[in-house]
Amino acid sequence: MSKNNIKVALIGNPNTGKTSLFNQLTGLTQKVGNYPGVTVDKKQGTSKLSATQNAIITDLPGTYSINPTSVDESIVLKTLLKKDIKESPDVILVVADVENLKRNLLLFSQIKDLEIPTVLAINMVDQMSRKGISIDLTALKEELNTEVVLISARKNRGIEAVKAAIIKCHIAAKATPMCDNNKIDPAYFDQLKAINPNYTLYELWLMVTQKNFPEGISKQEKEQLLSFNKDVSKLRRYQHKETIYRYQEINKVLKKTYLVDKSKATDVRAKLDKIFTHKIFGYFIFLLVLLLIFQAIFDWSSLPMDLIDTTFAQLSDFARSNLPVGVFSDLIVEGIIPGIGGVIIFIPQIAILFLFIAVLEETGYMSRVVFLMDKIMRRFGMNGKSVIPLISGTACAIPAIMATRTISSWKERLITILVVPFTTCSARLPVYAILISLIIPETKIFGFYNLQAFTLLMLYALGFVTAILSAYILQRTLKIKSNSFFVVEMPNYKLPSMKNVLFDVLEKTKAFVLGAGKIILALSVVLWFLASNGPESYKNAEKNTLEKAENEHLGSDALLQKVASAKLESSYIGIMGKSIEPAIRPLGYDWKIGIALITSFAAREVFVGTLATIYSVGSDDENTTTIKEKMRSEINPATGKKIFNFPAGMSLLVFYAFAMQCMATLAIVKRETKTWKWPLIQLFGMTGLAYICSLIVFQILK
Amino acid sequence: MPFKQKIVSTIASLRIGEMGYISEESLEVIPLKLLEMGCLPGAEVQLVQIAPLKDPLYICVNGSHLAIRKETAAKIKILKVNL
Repeated sequence: MSKNNIKVALIGNPNTGKTSLFNQLTGLTQKVGNYPGVTVDKKQGTSKLSATQNAIITDLPGTYSINPTSVDESIVLKTLLKKDIKESPDVILVVADVENLKRNLLLFSQIKDLEIPTVLAINMVDQMSRKGISIDLTALKEELNTEVVLISARKNRGIEAVKAAIIKCHIAAKATPMCDNNKIDPAYFDQLKAINPNYTLYELWLMVTQKNFPEGISKQEKEQLLSFNKDVSKLRRYQHKETIYRYQEINKVLKKTYLVDKSKATDVRAKLDKIFTHKIFGYFIFLLVLLLIFQAIFDWSSLPMDLIDTTFAQLSDFARSNLPVGVFSDLIVEGIIPGIGGVIIFIPQIAILFLFIAVLEETGYMSRVVFLMDKIMRRFGMNGKSVIPLISGTACAIPAIMATRTISSWKERLITILVVPFTTCSARLPVYAILISLIIPETKIFGFYNLQAFTLLMLYALGFVTAILSAYILQRTLKIKSNSFFVVEMPNYKLPSMKNVLFDVLEKTKAFVLGAGKIILALSVVLWFLASNGPESYKNAEKNTLEKAENEHLGSDALLQKVASAKLESSYIGIMGKSIEPAIRPLGYDWKIGIALITSFAAREVFVGTLATIYSVGSDDENTTTIKEKMRSEINPATGKKIFNFPAGMSLLVFYAFAMQCMATLAIVKRETKTWKWPLIQLFGMTGLAYICSLIVFQILK
Repeated sequence: MPFKQKIVSTIASLRIGEMGYISEESLEVIPLKLLEMGCLPGAEVQLVQIAPLKDPLYICVNGSHLAIRKETAAKIKILKVNL
């Protein structure tokens, strides 16, 4: 059966319920992979069409046309132009929204001209009577010369009919074009058609206009096609003409088959829009939504995070007491298990944030936020669509950077990518938490507001303000021309479908775990190696400490901790910490903090665990008070003052707010910008800024 | 008989709730993507809402509800029909 799977490409405008249909057709068989050579995720799933026939369904990114204007959309073109038997679809399933059928048919008409068997699924037909729409299905099938199915994907209606239509369409293998570009300029298009008759006229036309060539095109043919491309203004004129012509054809069809009785239409949209885009209430509601999201991230995630923390600590203990003593066991207990734990611990916060973003997008509210924020963001070189990445950045920069793909202006997208890591991500929180509790007194300001909480809030504000300001500077300094313009569809308001929301959260969380997780895990193992190995002196550290401690009458736990601390000091990483000490001394740090700064490159929250090891306390939960006590009483031998005093603590807070310390983020930026230039600029720019600001803070407060 | 007068204007100069018809001469200046989304010469366009900072504009054309920036809207000429 697997050999005869029908390959179906699912395509449609955004906001047509394409995702709902995909979820209904494939359920839990979905897998996210990568398109070769490009960075956009490829969603695939299997659907049982009949007792004997399966289909592999590929969900292509939502698009209004085959002519792409963003990274997401260019995938559609690339997939459809392929003539590779393994990759190219047997049947294309176009999803359309019944209310916007005219506009949706534009994409359909383009698809049809590729001459691949096509099924049209008209979605949300349960809304028809409420909107006063009626469709003559038989006539529509005839006019469009294709299989047409009326469905309501959210209500799971018409899904079987879609499956039957796919089979029928596949067997008939009938594929006729809908429009004929030849009518625009017969001489010009005849000449184009003559280049390679194996391709349809429209495919050749796409190669000319989009400069996108499938592998089967020979060098000579490619040159011929490129020579067609030379007269840019003519191309533009013909593309415009083509679009008008397509709409004329669509209007002809719809006139005979589609009727709207406007008197029946009841519109909630206008009323809701008045509130959500109101010049005062609009921003006020957005602020409330943001506060609700942050509140939820903190409140809902603390329980599962504690649970994960203790589980992994127990797992480590269990492994230690059950595995034979040796390097391999150490690798598992000290490298791999905490490494995996360090990734898993972020899942609650990230999942909750994605949950909110998915709900806001599903309901249509996100487009209103884009509308409200575009002008403000544009002053800083970004785009209304940059708001979503900036919010996502408060959980993790990695999914936030991936969320920039919908921004079609390259300059605005690049600036968003570059400044997102300034927003306070969840990995900074444990660091902030411990430092704040050390240096900020637990007093109330204005009689009610906790000063520690206020400091945390200020750090969040610092992150946002720095992101916005650096965007402003980048806008002025980056010499990039990008002439794509801004358009956002304002979809109808809808109740979110829980199934879609949950699938979305699942998919994005999985992408985080697999993407960032690999790097965090690998780095934890490398750091473990550097911390548990060292030159000659390392090997003697244990013996020397034991000898020295002989007359101190320490308990066995305290002794073990002392040994661990001495070993770390003489390990490779200890040596690295000591060698950077001269550079970080002006910031108020010693070599121990230096070690923590280096290990923070795996993930910032490793800071706490590293200090716990250095100050020789166990790193399980009950001991956080002891870490704090140890840190509080730590004396800098050079100055005789406490290390974690107010100036040094503030300097560290500022350093963690600004510095680029996340390898996983750098890797994603490289992937998205396709060059090392931008991640390197981030690494040195952000860390340089962190150094300078921390230096100023420490020197002033000292 | 109502007095009819055609006034040439742009989408950017519409007031909220006002309508106009996109003029044929705008074809060249409308970005392809906007055309594809239904913003065609001859189509009726209504200004639904203006963002609080006067930009972008929220329009409805050919059944599509779209937000576009003022700079784009200012390029698209329309015929306003005064009754």
